[in-house]
Amino acid sequence: MLLSQATGGAALAQEGAGPGLDMYLPLVILFALALGFALFSVLLGPLVGPSRFNKAKLSAYECGIEPSPQPVVGGGRMPVAYYVTAMLFILFDIEMVFLFPYAVSADALGLWGVAAITLFIATFFIADIYVWRRGGLDWN
Amino acid sequence: MLNPFLAQQGGAIETPQIDYAAILPILIVLGAACVGVLLEAFLPKHQRWPVQVGLTLLTIVAAGVALGAYVGDAPEQGITTLSGTVAVDAPALFLWGTLLALALGAVLLIADRSVEPGGAFVAQAGISPGTVQDRAQVSSTGMQTEVFPLTLFALGGMMTFTAANDLLTMFIALEVLSLPLYLMCGLARRRRLISQEAAVKYFLLGAFASAFFLYGIAMLYGYAGSVRLADIAAATAGTDRSDTLLFAGFGLLMVGLLFKGSVGPFHTWTPDVYQGAPTPITAFMAACTKVAAFGALLRVLFVAFESTSWEWRGVLWAVAIISMAVGAILGLTQTDVKRMIAYSSIAHAGFLLVGTMAITDEGLSGTLFYLLAYGFTTLAAFGVISLVRDASGEATHLSAWAGLSKRSPLLAAVFTFLLLALAGIPLTSGFVGKFVVFSAALSDGMAPLVVIALVFSAVAAFFYLRVVVLMYFSEPAPEGPTVSVPGAFTTAAITLGVVVTLLLGVLPAFALDWAGAGGFALSS
Repeated sequence: MLLSQATGGAALAQEGAGPGLDMYLPLVILFALALGFALFSVLLGPLVGPSRFNKAKLSAYECGIEPSPQPVVGGGRMPVAYYVTAMLFILFDIEMVFLFPYAVSADALGLWGVAAITLFIATFFIADIYVWRRGGLDWN
Repeated sequence: MLNPFLAQQGGAIETPQIDYAAILPILIVLGAACVGVLLEAFLPKHQRWPVQVGLTLLTIVAAGVALGAYVGDAPEQGITTLSGTVAVDAPALFLWGTLLALALGAVLLIADRSVEPGGAFVAQAGISPGTVQDRAQVSSTGMQTEVFPLTLFALGGMMTFTAANDLLTMFIALEVLSLPLYLMCGLARRRRLISQEAAVKYFLLGAFASAFFLYGIAMLYGYAGSVRLADIAAATAGTDRSDTLLFAGFGLLMVGLLFKGSVGPFHTWTPDVYQGAPTPITAFMAACTKVAAFGALLRVLFVAFESTSWEWRGVLWAVAIISMAVGAILGLTQTDVKRMIAYSSIAHAGFLLVGTMAITDEGLSGTLFYLLAYGFTTLAAFGVISLVRDASGEATHLSAWAGLSKRSPLLAAVFTFLLLALAGIPLTSGFVGKFVVFSAALSDGMAPLVVIALVFSAVAAFFYLRVVVLMYFSEPAPEGPTVSVPGAFTTAAITLGVVVTLLLGVLPAFALDWAGAGGFALSS
C-alpha cells in the first residue's frame, strides 16, 4: 500500500515538472484571447458608438425579473413561477452534464451503464413529476 | 493527443462492485423518500398524512430490520463497497442504528397532531406570514406533508455521511442531509416569521460552511492527489511534501464539520435555528445531525489524520474549550427553554470533541456511546417542550415554566429527569457518557482538558438545575401555560427517550459493548 503510494507520488511529480506543462499552452493562449476580446469590446463601444439614453439599457440583462424595488402589493411577494422554471432549467442542465460522459463511453460501460443511467434518469424525473402535478408548469 | 481517449473506447470499463446487503438500509431510506415524493404528487390532500406517516415509520423499521439482519454476519473488520467510497464497518453500523432509532422518535414527534390541531407544520408554506391568506390558514388543519419525504432524505444523507470513505462522497452526503433541513426549519405553523428567519440563517451559514468544506477538500486533494481518506492517511505517513496544503485543508475541512456539529466557535446559528424551527424538527436536528456530524468527524480524524494527531490536537483543544465555555456560560443567561437547550447542545458538542480527540479505541467507543445517550435525552427534552403551551403556541419563556410541577407533576418529573441526564447525574445515560468520554481522554494524556471539561460540566449543571428549581419551588403564574395531554405519538417518543436514557444509565454494558465492537475499515 505504502510502496504503491510512494511510486504513484513520484510519477505524479515527474508529470508535473517541465515537459508536462506544454499541454497548458493552448489554455493560456485561449485565456489571453478571451481577455483581449473582452477588453476590445468593452473599450471600443464607448469610443466609436453614439451614447443615447434608453431605459431598456439599464434593465437586468438575461435575468428575467427586476430584483428591486420589491413589489409592495401582495406582501412583497416574488413571482415564484420564474424561479421554478429557472430551477428546472438547472436540473436539466445537470442531467446533461452526466448524460454526455455516459454517451461517450456507453460502449465501454455495457449493460451496467445502461442500468445505472436509467436509474439516474428515473430518479431525476421524480422531481419533475412532482413539479408537474403541483402545477409548477402551468403558465398563466 | 486524443489517442489515450480513443484507446479507451474499445475496452470495457471495470464496473464497481456493490455489496447490496451492506448498504440496504440506506437504499431503503432513500428509495422510500423517492416514493414519498411521488405520493405527494398523486395522492389527494386528505389521504397524504396517514399514508406518509405509515410509509415513513414502516421505512425506518424496515431499514432497522435490514441493518439487524446484516449486523449478524457482518465481517468484523468491516467492508468497503461502491469502489471504496462507502465503508460499512462497526462504527458505521452503530451510528446507523443510532440514527434510525432517533429518527423513529423524531418522526413520531413530527407526525403528532394531537397537541396542536393539524400538527406543528404550516398548511401552506408559500403564503407570506401576516397576510390575509395567512390569517385564514391558521384555522386550517392541513399541513405540508412534504416534511416526511424530506425527513427521509435527510436521514439517508446522514447515514451516508457517517459511512462516507472519501471526501467527495462525504460532501454529497452533507448536502443531502442539509438541504432538507434548511427547508424543514421554515415550516412552523406558529411564529412563522421567526421560523423563516431560522431557515434563511441556517441556509446562508450552512452554504458558507459547505464552501469551507469543499475548499478543504481541494487543498487535501492538492496534497495527497486523492480524496480517499485512506490515501490521505498514506500520504501523511513518511513523505517530504510540504505540510502547508495538508493543514490548510485540514482546518477548512474541520470548519465545515464542526459547523454541522454546532461546536463553538462555529455555533452561532444554533440558538436561532433551534428556537425558530418547529420543535419536532429541532429535536430531529439536535439528535440526528449531531450524531451524523460527529460520526463523520470521527471517521475523518481516525482514518485520515491519525498519524498527524500531534500537530492538530492543540487546535481542537482550543475549539473544545471554546465550545464548552460558550455553551455553559451563555446557557446561564438564556430565558428561553429552546435556546437554553441549544446552548446545552453546544456545551455537549465540546464534551463530545474531547472524546473524539482521543484517537484510541476507548475514545471511539466512548464518543459513540455519548452520541447515542445524548441523542435520546435531547429528543425527549424537545418532546416535553412541545407540550407546554399557551394561547399563542408553545410557551418557551422560562417564566412560563414556573411552578409547573403543581400543574403537571408527571411532566415536571420527566423534564427534571432529562435535565439531570443532560447535566450528567449518576443513574442517567449522561453520567455514563461523560464518564467513558473523559476517562478515554485521561488515558490518552489530556488530563488538563478533562479538568476544564469537568469545571464546565459543573457550570452547565447550574442552568439545568435552575429550571428544576423554577418548576418545583416557584408559584405558578396566574395566566400560566397549560400542559397539553400528548397523543400516542408524542407519548411514544418521550417514553422512548426517557426509557433509553434510564436504561443506558443503569445498564450501559450492552450499548458500550456494541459501541466498542470494532474500529473503522482501513482498507480502501
